[in-house]
Amino acid sequence: MTNLLHLPADDVTRARALAAEAGAPVVAIARAHSTSSVERAVLRLAGICGADVDGTPWVNRLVDEVAAQVGLESGVALPVWNALEQSEDLVTLAQRAAAGRVDFALPTGPAREVAMANATRAVSLGLERIDSQRRHRELLVASLATPKRPWIYLIVATGNINEDIPQAQAAAREGADVIAVIRSTGQSLLDYVPEGATTEGYAGTYATQENFKLMRAALDETSAELGRYIRLTNYASGLCMPEMATLAGLERLDMMLNDSMYGILFRDINPIRTFVDQRFSRQIHARAGIIINTGEDNYLTTADPIEAAHTVTVSQLLNEFFAHEAGLADWQIGLGHAFEINPDTPNSFQLELAHALLARELFPDAPLKWMPPTKHMTGDIFRGYLLDGFFNLAGMLTGQDILLVGMMTEAVVTPWLSDRDLALQNVQYVRNAAAGLRDDFHPSRTGLIAVRGRHVLAEAIGLLDRIADTGLLNAIADGTFGLMHRPANKGKGLAGVITKDPYYFNPASLLLEGPVSA
Amino acid sequence: MNDQMNPSVDAPVVIRPYGDTTGDGMVQVSFTLPLAHDKRAEGAALQLANKMGISPALVVHAKAMGPEFTFFIVYGTVHHLVEVDKVVVFERDYELLTPKDANAAVREQLGRPLVTVGACIGSDAHTVGIDAILNIKGFAGEKGLEYYGEFEVHNLGAQVSVPELVNQAIAFHADAVLVSQVVTQKDAHLANVRELTAAFREAYPHGRRPLIVVGGPRFDPTMAAELGVDRIFGKGTTPGEVASYLVHAMVNQQRKASDV
Repeated sequence: MTNLLHLPADDVTRARALAAEAGAPVVAIARAHSTSSVERAVLRLAGICGADVDGTPWVNRLVDEVAAQVGLESGVALPVWNALEQSEDLVTLAQRAAAGRVDFALPTGPAREVAMANATRAVSLGLERIDSQRRHRELLVASLATPKRPWIYLIVATGNINEDIPQAQAAAREGADVIAVIRSTGQSLLDYVPEGATTEGYAGTYATQENFKLMRAALDETSAELGRYIRLTNYASGLCMPEMATLAGLERLDMMLNDSMYGILFRDINPIRTFVDQRFSRQIHARAGIIINTGEDNYLTTADPIEAAHTVTVSQLLNEFFAHEAGLADWQIGLGHAFEINPDTPNSFQLELAHALLARELFPDAPLKWMPPTKHMTGDIFRGYLLDGFFNLAGMLTGQDILLVGMMTEAVVTPWLSDRDLALQNVQYVRNAAAGLRDDFHPSRTGLIAVRGRHVLAEAIGLLDRIADTGLLNAIADGTFGLMHRPANKGKGLAGVITKDPYYFNPASLLLEGPVSA
Repeated sequence: MNDQMNPSVDAPVVIRPYGDTTGDGMVQVSFTLPLAHDKRAEGAALQLANKMGISPALVVHAKAMGPEFTFFIVYGTVHHLVEVDKVVVFERDYELLTPKDANAAVREQLGRPLVTVGACIGSDAHTVGIDAILNIKGFAGEKGLEYYGEFEVHNLGAQVSVPELVNQAIAFHADAVLVSQVVTQKDAHLANVRELTAAFREAYPHGRRPLIVVGGPRFDPTMAAELGVDRIFGKGTTPGEVASYLVHAMVNQQRKASDV
């Protein structure tokens, strides 16, 4: 590991230890609870899909019916597999249940054993499909050329999957290594995953299993054409993290936005719901070989990027702790950060370099995601283009891995074809012109960059110390992050939080956690 | 045509774009045509520029973007005259405030947080609008009202019944009630808003009810009085506009109250 900022090794160790201390009680809470979305994800792994005539997914109908009749404290699996008749599938059961023709019960004795065995078998099939999709990705990546870092990450967001596909393919041909399909505004607050191929969305396209499948197939074609594996990204944030993660695994998405606290802070989702959901969703991502992207860039768009720089570091350390705990390896933890300092600030570029280097040095094996300026993109597209050039240079100079390409028309229009082309020329110029600059870049130990980096780490340790002391949930309630107050007994999705009883059974969790936990 | 140089008026009434010489009419535009890059495409770009009134036009840059598109940058002269005295400016009846100024106004004028209660009423489950305005995530690059330190925001979410909304507004001592309506089948949005205003009229003494603000893509902003609400916001409204309006309306109300 390089040490360009001359970070004291003791500080780095202490920061990680404090993050673990702050995170451990939350993991205990996450283990003691389930949520309606976790239970739905179990059934999705077992193959349920489709929706009723009103568009309500059968999985929601089934879980709601079980909840109404016997509650979800013991998990959905036992009553469902107990009720399944010989050779009946889950959709048929859901239809019967929706018609009021199923009496759910919690089985005991031998009936319980049978239900557990059948549920485990059915869920295993889903995990096997996720495993085979992972192997398929590994084969494709091995047979095609590996794109050099940073990977170029481009967004499409037409609202119509049929428009998204040619745009995504065009973006890949122009140089994108990663395609992200932005979701329709507000999808994160839907307590269900819409079904089918969709052509109408608001500022984005609905994330559905069918849309995932169509886009992955199209990018497989383009990957073969270009001789380069094009990765596909979507969002596991919101009220349906576990289900989104499951569908992403089943359909071989490659990266997923998945932050441990974003939903709480920026979407007012209940904290317990979020921590339970993110843990299960990350276990699925770990199994699926998916790289997560965390959302620290959001803090910098709400709070001051200099004053709040250390909250990014704190969030990265917490995200890393929760990710490791859920089984993700370092190469899967795409910690986020952003270039958002006011460009009128003296030495703003040095400060950006200090912050970006701090992330690089603290997380040497994480595929860091570097987010472009948005807050100071004013509509002056010419100045914006220059700012994006500096953003690209900072990314090269500090070894960022996933570079979200900045658009000069940020906050003006959704990117035009020409905006994307100009943005890629900007990246390619910097990538070419500054290809070897990182090897020549050694900030002085006493210079602004190194001093600032050490200072931010020290501030992060101070904050982590306080959080470990007062408890992470209290810190979130008190407005420590992004200035938002989010108490643990408030927020969206609280009704879907379930306290597990001693009979709780979840075959997916048992298979994902391995034999250690019983 | 020489009246633009008339020395007897302070500012010229007729002007042209300015490149480096008064009256040169120089403009610069960029655009993409769905054509492969060749001589014909450059000719097409010139034709478009001419039809836009740019003449003579000069294609200074043309670049292929894939096999089917070409990007152009064109410089040239326009002959249009801008008649400055005929420019009409739309004046909104309240000032647009930054979050900082909005907070300062609330602090000074109210001396306490401005309490806002928001919801989607009736069967409407589309919280997109209300969330865009209230959630800190915001909309169109602007943070939602939660971001405003002097605003106390209660977002009740979707499918809130009118009586429940009235009860919550009373419980929170709401200064303003924000309602978003997206579903418009059989004019459900209008019926719901009428039910809403009737319920607030009943629940509050005359002249004491909170501000009622509704928003949604299908509302006509001129219908506020007819529906009995204080303000209607249409498609594309940003949190900053709503915050500015609330500050404006509250401060005016305070003034009226202290006048009495």
